[in-house]
Amino acid sequence: MTARFSCHSSKLLGITPIPELLDKRLVFVTGKGGVGKTTVAVALGLHAAEEGKRTIVCEVSSQENASRIFDHTEVGFHEVEMAENLWSISIDPDESMREYVLLQLKVRAMRDMLFRSRIFSYLAAATPGLKELVTIGKIWELAQFDRKVKSGRKYDLVIVDAPATGHGIGFLQTPRTFAAIARVGPIHSQAQQLDRLITDQEHTGTAIVALPEEMPVNETAALESELRREVGVAVDRIYLNGLYPERFSKEEAERLAELADGENGSVRAAARAAVSEHGRARSQRAQLARLRRRVEAPVKTLPFLFEPELGVEAAHTLAKRLG
Amino acid sequence: MPAVDEILEGKDICICAGSGGVGKTTTSAAIAAGMAARGLRVCVLTIDPAKRLADSLGLRELGNEASRVDPELFEQHGIEMKGELWAMMLDAKATFDELVARQAPGEESRDRVLNNRIYQQISNALAGSQEYMAMEKLFELHTSGRFDLLVLDTPPTRNALDFLDAPKRLTQFIEGRSLRVFMKPTGLAAKVAGRGASVALSVFKRIVGFDLLADLAEFFNAFSGMVDGFQARAKRVNSLLADPHTCFLVVCGPQGEPIDEAVYFHRKLVEAKLPFGGVIVNKVHYPAEHLRGDGADLEGALGEKLGDEDLAGRVAENFAGYQALAERDARNIEHLAKELRTKGVIRVPYLDEDVHDLGGLAEINRYLFASSERRIEIAAGRA
Repeated sequence: MTARFSCHSSKLLGITPIPELLDKRLVFVTGKGGVGKTTVAVALGLHAAEEGKRTIVCEVSSQENASRIFDHTEVGFHEVEMAENLWSISIDPDESMREYVLLQLKVRAMRDMLFRSRIFSYLAAATPGLKELVTIGKIWELAQFDRKVKSGRKYDLVIVDAPATGHGIGFLQTPRTFAAIARVGPIHSQAQQLDRLITDQEHTGTAIVALPEEMPVNETAALESELRREVGVAVDRIYLNGLYPERFSKEEAERLAELADGENGSVRAAARAAVSEHGRARSQRAQLARLRRRVEAPVKTLPFLFEPELGVEAAHTLAKRLG
Repeated sequence: MPAVDEILEGKDICICAGSGGVGKTTTSAAIAAGMAARGLRVCVLTIDPAKRLADSLGLRELGNEASRVDPELFEQHGIEMKGELWAMMLDAKATFDELVARQAPGEESRDRVLNNRIYQQISNALAGSQEYMAMEKLFELHTSGRFDLLVLDTPPTRNALDFLDAPKRLTQFIEGRSLRVFMKPTGLAAKVAGRGASVALSVFKRIVGFDLLADLAEFFNAFSGMVDGFQARAKRVNSLLADPHTCFLVVCGPQGEPIDEAVYFHRKLVEAKLPFGGVIVNKVHYPAEHLRGDGADLEGALGEKLGDEDLAGRVAENFAGYQALAERDARNIEHLAKELRTKGVIRVPYLDEDVHDLGGLAEINRYLFASSERRIEIAAGRA
């Protein structure tokens, strides 16, 4: 394993701590698709790791976006070190299922026999929510100081890059739903235990990532209230990602619009770009204000990064802005 | 690159596919509105659109039925509407219930399914059921022959691939042939099937509890009479998707990740022998070639014109940032075109305002329905 970058002590300077959110054991990062959820999850991970916390970022959608940020080959169902104090894992439901059944049965040979049986895989696939449940079960296992898997590392903080909204509320709701379907048996009490973990405000936090646009703002407000109503989760923080700087005043924008009308070539193009930017920055501020009016959790803004591809550097830049 | 109306010439169905957050709902609505304005009777099927877009289309308080968007709304935005635009918000659960009601041999078996707890979970939450129901509704509307063109906004799947596999996965699930044998209360079948299966069953029972297993058994028994009907229908839905009168449009954004997903999705379409029509890239910073400055003297030239060096510096800095993004977009789109072996990439620029009403849709349509030369001219502000 290669760490793509090291953690210099100078990076520790200028970092403001986030006591409320990152002092918890487990943090779910959720939001609509395409809002930069993975980048924010990784940035939170970097921030915590640079503060000295042993942190792991978990992906659950098998897209391996986090390892992509680190230019890393796929990590798979392994805890892989990405930077000092920072690990990553891609939680595959089938692997989680194998691990879970092994922990239940304690006998590897019996587990393997079971997984060879078509009927077992069929039943497992046919039971609604079972895959999500064992995935959350694995997250719970990672967050234990007393790890269930052999020689499991202890983490101070587990950050989950949760599935996009739509699937998102469903994902966090799984244990509750499952406890209702399976009214008795070991899985019933385990599902209840996972539900308690998710709703335990002292140890578990939730952050939503949003964009300063009409639809994402609406969806964020809806997600926050659904999480509260349906799952009993109070959102700790909302990150409004991709906010443009306010580079120009209204008067300047008007002057630039006039200039664009009377010019040609690159002067005109640059003036037009400035006018567009001003318009977007303004409409983003309006969306930010709307979001603040409509949600209960504190809203933090993250800057739009004028970088062609968001990689490690971007995650570092954001990590410093998470205070 | 042909415009959207040329791509959709002679098509009955247009399916907009892509990952979440790339503007799929907006693109679907814009295509439907544009085709309707050109004289067709069009219905757009969408799932949970943002409220203001829904409001602007008059979709408020809408059930699982298509309703017509008031033509006056278009006139208010100065759009000539030669055809008809209909829209519906898909309710996956209601569609599933309707399908069960249609397939059930009788009332008693219908109610057994509808009241089963496993059914209630899967009809709502099983991955793929939303996608399957979207296509089911598409099939139903297509069979009705009420519309010239149907535009489907596919649900925001985690992975674009889920959507293509959904009908297959769901029918496989419902079939459960091998399983039903073991669920028979007599236990005779389990004996026949051998020890391995009964051990698997008992371990599963130990893990999830007897209760859940009983519900599963009840579910499969209740569904048993409908399996053939479901299968036959799924087969027809699949052949409709592969029909030459159907057209898949891939929608994506210009960043690396959505572009990679679009490439992947295109490959899956080709592998599945589904008709690919073209790709639409939203929110493009473009065109780079028309924005490239004359180099270092831009700041000086701006300073001269503006008489304000500080402002000139900020304008130049902003422009440099914009150009970097425009160049990235151009590179990514070139990569996309090469991977897809097509020149057929429709670019919609990053507009100054986000789109959530008919006026915004009309603005998008200036690009979707324009020839490529025209699109560049519009974006460069020369038209």
